[in-house]
Amino acid sequence: MKEWPLWEVFIRSQHGLAHKHVGSLHAPDAELAVKNARDVYTRRNEGVSIWVVKAADITASSPGDKEALFEPANSKVYRHPTFFPMPDEVKHI
Amino acid sequence: MYAQMVDTGAKKLRAMEELTPEEQAFQARIDAGVKVEAKDWMPEAYRKTLIRQISQHAHSEIVGMLPEGNWVTRAPSLKRKAILLAKIQDEGGHGLYLYSAAETLGVSRDQLLGDLHSGKAKYSSIFNYPTLNWADVGAIGWLVDGAAIMNQIPLCRCSFGPYARAMVRICKEESFHQRQGYDLIMAMAKGTPEQKAMAQDALDRWWWPSVMMFGPPDESSVHSAQSMAWKIKLFSNDELRQRFVDQTVPQAHYLGLSIPDPALKFNESNGHWEIGPIDWDEFYRVIKGNGPCNRDRLRTRVKAWDDGEWVREAAVAHAEKRATRAKAA
Repeated sequence: MKEWPLWEVFIRSQHGLAHKHVGSLHAPDAELAVKNARDVYTRRNEGVSIWVVKAADITASSPGDKEALFEPANSKVYRHPTFFPMPDEVKHI
Repeated sequence: MYAQMVDTGAKKLRAMEELTPEEQAFQARIDAGVKVEAKDWMPEAYRKTLIRQISQHAHSEIVGMLPEGNWVTRAPSLKRKAILLAKIQDEGGHGLYLYSAAETLGVSRDQLLGDLHSGKAKYSSIFNYPTLNWADVGAIGWLVDGAAIMNQIPLCRCSFGPYARAMVRICKEESFHQRQGYDLIMAMAKGTPEQKAMAQDALDRWWWPSVMMFGPPDESSVHSAQSMAWKIKLFSNDELRQRFVDQTVPQAHYLGLSIPDPALKFNESNGHWEIGPIDWDEFYRVIKGNGPCNRDRLRTRVKAWDDGEWVREAAVAHAEKRATRAKAA
C-alpha cells in the first residue's frame, strides 16, 4: 500500500514570533496533517497556529553549496554595527 | 536506556590516520562539536548505526504503550486515568518524533515498522515484562522512565541534529512521566498495608529489569567505542547505571520501600550505592525473545497494524477523491 506523504510542521508560539519548524509527520492530506500536528506537537500549549507543508514541496539548499551561498557574507564585516567604533563622548548611538 | 547493544558494524575502532580523507573530515567535525545534518556526507556505517539506534528507540516508545495500556480501563480514579492516558499519548508522540528523525536518514516509516513487526528490529528488553498490579504503572514511570531519562538527557547533545532535536522535545515531557509514577507509588506506599505491599511487589519485580535496561558492561565493546567516537553514545552503560542507582535508592528509602538486593550497600569512601551481581542470563533470554511477554507484545503490535490497514487505505482514497474533485472544479 502507498505510504502517507510526509509533511513538515511549523508552529507559532504564543509570543508573537514567526512560525518555527518543529518536526514532521505523515498524513493522507493537509487537513489531517493539521489535526495530527495538533496531537503530536501541541499537547502542552506550545502554539497558537500551525502550518503544514508537504516535505516534497520544499526546495532546500544543499550542503555542498554552503561556500558559494554563505561565504560572500564573511568578508562584509561593515554590515555589522560593531564595525564602526564610536567615541565614548557620543551617546545614544 | 531504550536502545541496547546497538551494532555499529565496526570490527575495531580505527585510528584517525586509518580513515579515508572524507572520514577524517567527518570525524574532525564531530570532534569540534558540529552537528551532522541529514543531507551532509556521512560514513555509511554511521548512517546504518543511527537508523538501528533511533528506530530501536522509537520501537521502544510505541511498544512501551502496551504494558501501560493494560491498566487504562482499570485505573482507580478518573484523575489517574486521565494522567495515564496523557502519558501513553506522549509515548506515542515520542515514537513519532524518533521515527521522523530516522526517516531523515533515508529509510521509510513502513520499512521501520515492517522490521519491528517481523522481529528483525529490537526494542528495549524492559517492555517484555508484564504489568500485574496497579502499582506497576507507577513503577514504570518512576523506574523505567527514570532510567530512560539518564540516557536521554546526554543524547540531547549527540552528533546527529535531527536525533538531538527529537531528544530535546522528549526530555521536556519525560520528567512528567517520572514524577507521575513516583506520585502514584508514593500514594500507595502511604496507603493501607495492602497498598504498600503492592508498591513493594512492583518495586521487587521492576528493579532488576530497570537496572538491566542500561545493557551489559560495555568497557570492552568495540561498538560502544565506535558509538562514543561518533558521539551518538556519550556515557558508558555502567556509568549511567550507577547514576540511576545512586538517584533511585534514596527515593525508595524515602517511601519506606526496600530495594530487592541483599548485597546493596552504601560505599562511604566514594559516596556510591553498590549493587549485587546482575543476572545477565535473564537479560539475554529476554533480548533473544524469551522474556515473559515478547510474543504477546509483538502479536499485539502486528494486530494493531493489520487492523488499521483499512483506515489507512480509506484515508488515502478519501484524500485522492477530494484532490480529483478539486481539480475538476
